[in-house]
Amino acid sequence: MNLQQMIMTLHQYWSKQGCILVQPYDVEKGAGTLNPMTFLRALGPEPWNVAYVEPSRRPADGRYGENPNRLFQHHQYQIIMKPAPDNIQEIYLESLRQIGIEPLDHDIRFVEDNWENPTFGAAGLGWEVWMDGMEITQFTYFQQVGGIETQPVSVEITFGLERLATYIQDTDDVYSLEWVENVKYGEVFQQAEYEHSKYTFELSRTELLFQLFNEYEREAERILAEGIVFPAYDYILKCSHTFNLLDAKGAISVTERTGYIQRVRRLAKMCAKAFVQAREKLGYPLLKTEEEEQI
Amino acid sequence: MSQDLLIEIGCEEIPARFIDQAVTQLGNLTEKWLDQERIQFRMLKTYATPRRLAVLVKEVAQTQADQTEEVRGPALRIAQAQDGSWSPAAQGFARKQGVTVDELEIREHKGEKYIFAIRHEVGISTSSLVQSKFVQVLQAIQFPSTMRWGDRHRFVRPIRWLVALYGEEMIPLKWAGLEAGRQTVGHRFLGKEISLSSASCYVEALAAESVIVDVKERKEKIVAQIEELARQYDCNIPIDPGLLQEVTHLVEYPTALVGSFDQKFLVLPKKVLTTTMREHQRYFPVENTKGELLPLFVTVRNGDKRSLELVKRGNEKVLQARLADAQFFYLEDRKLSIDAAVKQLDRIIFREKLGSMGDRVRRIYAIVTELGERFHLDQTSQKQLQRAAHICKFDLATQMVDEFSKLEGYMGYIYAKEAGEDERVARAIDEHHAPRTANDQLPTDILGALLSLADKMDTIAASFGIGVHPSGSQDPYGLRRRALGVVQILLDQSEIELTYHDLIQISLRILEQEELLKEDRSKVELSLLEFFRMRVRSIQLEQQIRYDVVDALLKNDQEPLSYRFQKAAFLEQKLGQEQFKWEVEAFTRTANIVQSQKAQVAQLLPEQLTEPAEKELYEALLQAEVSQRAADQAQNPEAAYQAIQKMAPVIHRFFDQILVMVEDEAIRTNRLALLKSVMDCTISFANFQEIVFPQEESVLS
Repeated sequence: MNLQQMIMTLHQYWSKQGCILVQPYDVEKGAGTLNPMTFLRALGPEPWNVAYVEPSRRPADGRYGENPNRLFQHHQYQIIMKPAPDNIQEIYLESLRQIGIEPLDHDIRFVEDNWENPTFGAAGLGWEVWMDGMEITQFTYFQQVGGIETQPVSVEITFGLERLATYIQDTDDVYSLEWVENVKYGEVFQQAEYEHSKYTFELSRTELLFQLFNEYEREAERILAEGIVFPAYDYILKCSHTFNLLDAKGAISVTERTGYIQRVRRLAKMCAKAFVQAREKLGYPLLKTEEEEQI
Repeated sequence: MSQDLLIEIGCEEIPARFIDQAVTQLGNLTEKWLDQERIQFRMLKTYATPRRLAVLVKEVAQTQADQTEEVRGPALRIAQAQDGSWSPAAQGFARKQGVTVDELEIREHKGEKYIFAIRHEVGISTSSLVQSKFVQVLQAIQFPSTMRWGDRHRFVRPIRWLVALYGEEMIPLKWAGLEAGRQTVGHRFLGKEISLSSASCYVEALAAESVIVDVKERKEKIVAQIEELARQYDCNIPIDPGLLQEVTHLVEYPTALVGSFDQKFLVLPKKVLTTTMREHQRYFPVENTKGELLPLFVTVRNGDKRSLELVKRGNEKVLQARLADAQFFYLEDRKLSIDAAVKQLDRIIFREKLGSMGDRVRRIYAIVTELGERFHLDQTSQKQLQRAAHICKFDLATQMVDEFSKLEGYMGYIYAKEAGEDERVARAIDEHHAPRTANDQLPTDILGALLSLADKMDTIAASFGIGVHPSGSQDPYGLRRRALGVVQILLDQSEIELTYHDLIQISLRILEQEELLKEDRSKVELSLLEFFRMRVRSIQLEQQIRYDVVDALLKNDQEPLSYRFQKAAFLEQKLGQEQFKWEVEAFTRTANIVQSQKAQVAQLLPEQLTEPAEKELYEALLQAEVSQRAADQAQNPEAAYQAIQKMAPVIHRFFDQILVMVEDEAIRTNRLALLKSVMDCTISFANFQEIVFPQEESVLS
């Protein structure tokens, strides 16, 4: 099964479970969790089920396209279900069967792992799922997002697509993965991997990045003051990514580091709060739909 | 007829580290609850897997025991009017107790007549009690961390089913949004959902669904499988008890298997390999009979033998990738010079408000430099100590330690040796982390010991300095463990004659210079002293030293710990002697009278002592001080005690002949000043007021 088939299979399966298939979000981010379809929508009482692929940028993990499994940008397959269905573990295990992993032929375990993203004031409890000793999924019940307690509790399921694919295609190197027949992963991404690493570690202009961080921060704050959430959130994502670039380059000293994280966290919390208020003002439209359906 | 009672909590995978304590609580709480509800039973057994916590109580009585309760009401004079009619107070009492006024009885209590309600309670059926009240037990189970799910339920992980059976009877108790029944769930992949016909068939029914619910049985099975593999492969597989326990709680049906990795990785330091296997993968490393690692590992699968080859290959692939990473780190790290690594410490944060690791290393350096000078280390050793301090944290900047934090210190040793550092310096880097746990080995070399003291003391003092203290069960920075380590090292390295008091002084001074003390220095110092006293106290009590002796020496902060322990042994041996009691009375009498004075005691003016008995005491004091100083210098508790012992008869004579609290203020204050000096002298040996002598019979009767 090549990568494209994997994605399509997962799409089909999670779509059947009632998930909206949204597309990757077009602002740089370090993880699928930061897509507003998760970060914001996990908040508040409205039901919400989505699945999507998220290209996730981790500048510090850039290896000039030379390391077989560390990447500047990898892909996550992300599912959010709110509220988490009671049989979510079974639903999840069935999705493994769909991509050719029969649990009876493997050693599948749920090993404790508590997830936290302090920069975005988010935390949850759950597991990493192991298959034959390999972590294939992060499985988390969100307890807090943007500093706000989640109610109802969402479940977040995240697959690292490259890692899972290297297992399914039995290779040791992401670049030799088959994306589709006759096209290798490396042919699609290796040049970008090299160039992003080169830019991050060598070519990026520190002064510009610091300036951008400040500007993004100011802009996010300005828009939030108007009660506008989504555009403000975009700027917070940009702050976060800019911080990651600076951090990867070693441009932020220890003492400053905490300060920058706090600045992003402050904005993320404000944004989360503004989102909850905005939904409340709208009368939680998605909640209504569900009630109407029941009638 | 008694029946078995079964309660099972079906859960999504419970973290392995929580299972033992959770199931122990379930057992204890159930037992307590049964006693409290007066329900008899024969025995109780608990079961646990990652997906369930269960308790099976054997031969539980069908109903709780009947009970007769006598409740005392108001006094008769309030309860009954002159004419013998019941007052509203009596009527109210009867109503509240559920009896009629005619049933009230009159009894005497402490010489006064009262009305009593005698309530006979007929026992309720066990199943209805479980139904209505057992939830208390379930709710009382505590975990270090819990989560919310569904409709605001809280537990360690979501609860998905409940079983409650009394014999064959189902008890539909309600908890966590669920209603208990007889449905339970077998192994996630090998089993299915089943209906239990009775409580007593629990273990067998789940065994048929590939779940071994008995923890001990599961563990023994794993051990037997590993031993069998060791025979098959003719190798040695050491079974680490902690890992075994964890693995036992990661599987419901274990199957151990052997996998292999590329021989080329055996060039990596042994601990790198074992840590990768144990910590990251929960594998058991495999050795030959000489204790050398073999390129093999054992993993325990949660399942049966189906597709074992596939499982093995998968695990091998993961380990191979991890070891390739480790090898990459190992090669990369060796390209980084130690001094460049030290520079990078400025970029690694120690703790918020306490600066970087680089700052911390500079503090440790300052502390050990002072310590080394104080103990007249020879020049070579002093240089080695300073070098070791300067580079003691460099391995934090290596990729290996970044990935395997448990290897901190060990990698420092390995890399430092490879970089050509002196063996003693390299060893000090590793040893300065010791002891890592309460029963860990202590530093073997004085360099490692001094470095460890400096490192631990800096962490403790710096934390206290910003107001971070351990409280109750909370000790996130392991300050208690570190302080215990300091005490253990001070005892072990008795020849350095250092005290925790000295260490506190040095650390605080350095922190103050760096402006890292956010709280009042004298307050921090006091709480640090108290903190260390408590550690010493717990060690001494653990050694079965009498608590009063421990407390008598508790505040001897300024003398070496080994001396304090010798004093303790000496005092314990003294306790049985009649003479000793008489001597202690002299010391405590002195202390009592001095401490009863509110005003500050004045300066002693020896020339104004006039009476022979007071002059004699003064002379005795001067002598005692001189010989005590010599004895303390030699750390000879016997001689030190003899020094003050000689004052005892003189003190007694003093109290016989002299009245301290005379009218004349000058004389009175001077006599008190004399006694204060005597007290100071005795207290520098021990605070004798803490010593407890068995009460004499005459006092008791």
